[in-house]
Amino acid sequence: MKRNPHSIALAGLLVAGIAAPLLLPDYSNELALLWLMILFALTWDILGGQMGYNSLGNIFFFGVGMYISAIVQIGLFYDVGMYTSGARTTHITFTTFQYFSGLGLGLLAAGLGSALIAVAVGWALFGLRGPYFAIGTLGLAIAAAELVASWEWVGAASGISMPVFPGYPEAQKLFFYALLFAVSFALLLFLTWLYSTRFGLALNAIRDDEEKAEAMGLHTRRIKRTALVLAAFFLGIAGAIFGNMIGFIEPRDIAFPTTTFNIYMVLMVLLGGKGTLWGPVIGATVFHIIKEATWTYFLGWQYVTLGLLIVIIVVYFQQGIVGWILEKYPNWFAAKPVPDERDPYAKAAMQLAARPEGSP
Amino acid sequence: MQHIIGNISILWAAPILNVGLLLDGLMIGAIFALAAYGLALVWGVMNVKNLAQGDFIMMGGYVAWYLDQSGLHPLWGVPIAFLLLWGVGWVLYKAIVRKVITRDLFTSLLATFGIAIVIQQGLNLAFGPNTQSAQANLPSWSLAGGLITVTGTRLFGLVLAVLLSAAVVLFMKNTRMGQAIRATAQDPRAARVLGINTERVYTFTFCLNAAICGAAGALVAMVWNIQPFMGTTYSIRLFVIVTAAGFGNLPAVIAAGFGMGVFEQFGGFVFGAEFQQAIIVLLLLAVLTVRQIQQLSLRQALQ
Repeated sequence: MKRNPHSIALAGLLVAGIAAPLLLPDYSNELALLWLMILFALTWDILGGQMGYNSLGNIFFFGVGMYISAIVQIGLFYDVGMYTSGARTTHITFTTFQYFSGLGLGLLAAGLGSALIAVAVGWALFGLRGPYFAIGTLGLAIAAAELVASWEWVGAASGISMPVFPGYPEAQKLFFYALLFAVSFALLLFLTWLYSTRFGLALNAIRDDEEKAEAMGLHTRRIKRTALVLAAFFLGIAGAIFGNMIGFIEPRDIAFPTTTFNIYMVLMVLLGGKGTLWGPVIGATVFHIIKEATWTYFLGWQYVTLGLLIVIIVVYFQQGIVGWILEKYPNWFAAKPVPDERDPYAKAAMQLAARPEGSP
Repeated sequence: MQHIIGNISILWAAPILNVGLLLDGLMIGAIFALAAYGLALVWGVMNVKNLAQGDFIMMGGYVAWYLDQSGLHPLWGVPIAFLLLWGVGWVLYKAIVRKVITRDLFTSLLATFGIAIVIQQGLNLAFGPNTQSAQANLPSWSLAGGLITVTGTRLFGLVLAVLLSAAVVLFMKNTRMGQAIRATAQDPRAARVLGINTERVYTFTFCLNAAICGAAGALVAMVWNIQPFMGTTYSIRLFVIVTAAGFGNLPAVIAAGFGMGVFEQFGGFVFGAEFQQAIIVLLLLAVLTVRQIQQLSLRQALQ
């Protein structure tokens, strides 16, 4: 990789990500959540920022991944229906081997399962445009929460207690921090590459004018579906990790939280800057810090604060932090234009510019 | 599965029950139709998709409930909620909605979603999370040997909803303001050129919508019950209605509102009350998918 600000930022983030839990061991849970938020923002930006399809239901894939991994982790060794119905009366334990093999397979199944479901969802929803798409995806997430909440086999509304981590709480915290950090950082690297390919350009073409992109010969439906599948894959894995990290899953507030995580994704991207690579990362970091700081002081009022924050960001600060910097200091980012010698207009312009001051 | 088939066979064996469900559905559907009309109005005139619609209804409901608690008859809630929500709509319009009209559609969706969260949590902090209802104490009649019960409140809700809708439709047809609203909906730029103060039209439309929702909410509090977080379900219902009917077609919106009420009564009877919200959301997805298939056959040319 060439030495440019971008690579330096990536390297800095890698160092910070490894050093942070060692320097601030008391905050490792908050730091793990911060990486989850960065992952949320990055996956939302694939569709919402780069492709221009504003989704209000990406949390659907997060919850799907969470439940798939829970079913795999438990189902490998026990009967799921028995486990969920007896979870509160009998104490079922997993050996260390069972736990880690189940977790590994569960994460894999969560990613692939979410991706598969995304193919079906994409087929059903991608004909919708604009606000209909947003409302349709929101409906999907709410429907999933309601259906899971009345599905006895997976514990219905009372949820599932996940297998207990075999080890000390400190080890558990570090382990899940490392997992979330690894997945989010891998996603960031992957998106860095993805946005530099023709596929990335195709996403932007769909955002700018879908009809024209289609007329130019892009398979817009296939591209849109691929983008959704990529986002769903990472969201599914994140859901599986998060479910195991907090140890208890439940449909309405943890797996498919339409008014918290789901809306944070959108806000973080808007705050950081839509359609940029670093916007979501910066937005997620700033948002998470603001949120953690204000939550402590506005207890009981936190959701009112959240709603006001949404309105303020959306109405008054839509270009986001990175967008604002781009607007204010365009020279920091734009490559200096190099005039072409063969272009007669450019040549004339150069001669004009080269004239000494004051000559006619 | 078993109880679903059982419920269907009950309906088959006792056809008179269908009539009862149909009547109930129509009476509840009238309230949906009223609020959906307001949503379609704002959608058509300002191109703002108001996700806080259901929460306006809940606010209206809490006005009626509060009056009931403080000793007044909850029927007073209908006009009082109308006026109060008019004021709320004015404040929200001036502070927030005015700034999102000219932006892209997602902005208005997200901004109103933010308003919805604030209202929900505000109601929760003010009145607590319990389910409440206002008692109107109107008489009720039994028909067909007690198989059908027509409660006075529901009948009254139907009558009031119909009267209110008729008033709004006449207002839109016959007054200068109504004409200005319709002109702005057709082409805001041309309306401005012709001397219509579109800013005033927008303010009026948003306030009118909030006020209609308030009155509908007061009826909901008497006919059904209210709870701070129920607003989202109403918003989704109204979106289903307006999306299915098309926002430009106001008679169809009202018809779809009645249809929604009837559908929900039958759905609730057959599948059980715990699936109520899931049924509504799945209906939304179904309507959106059908719309999409329709649009596929009408692919538009490059503009």
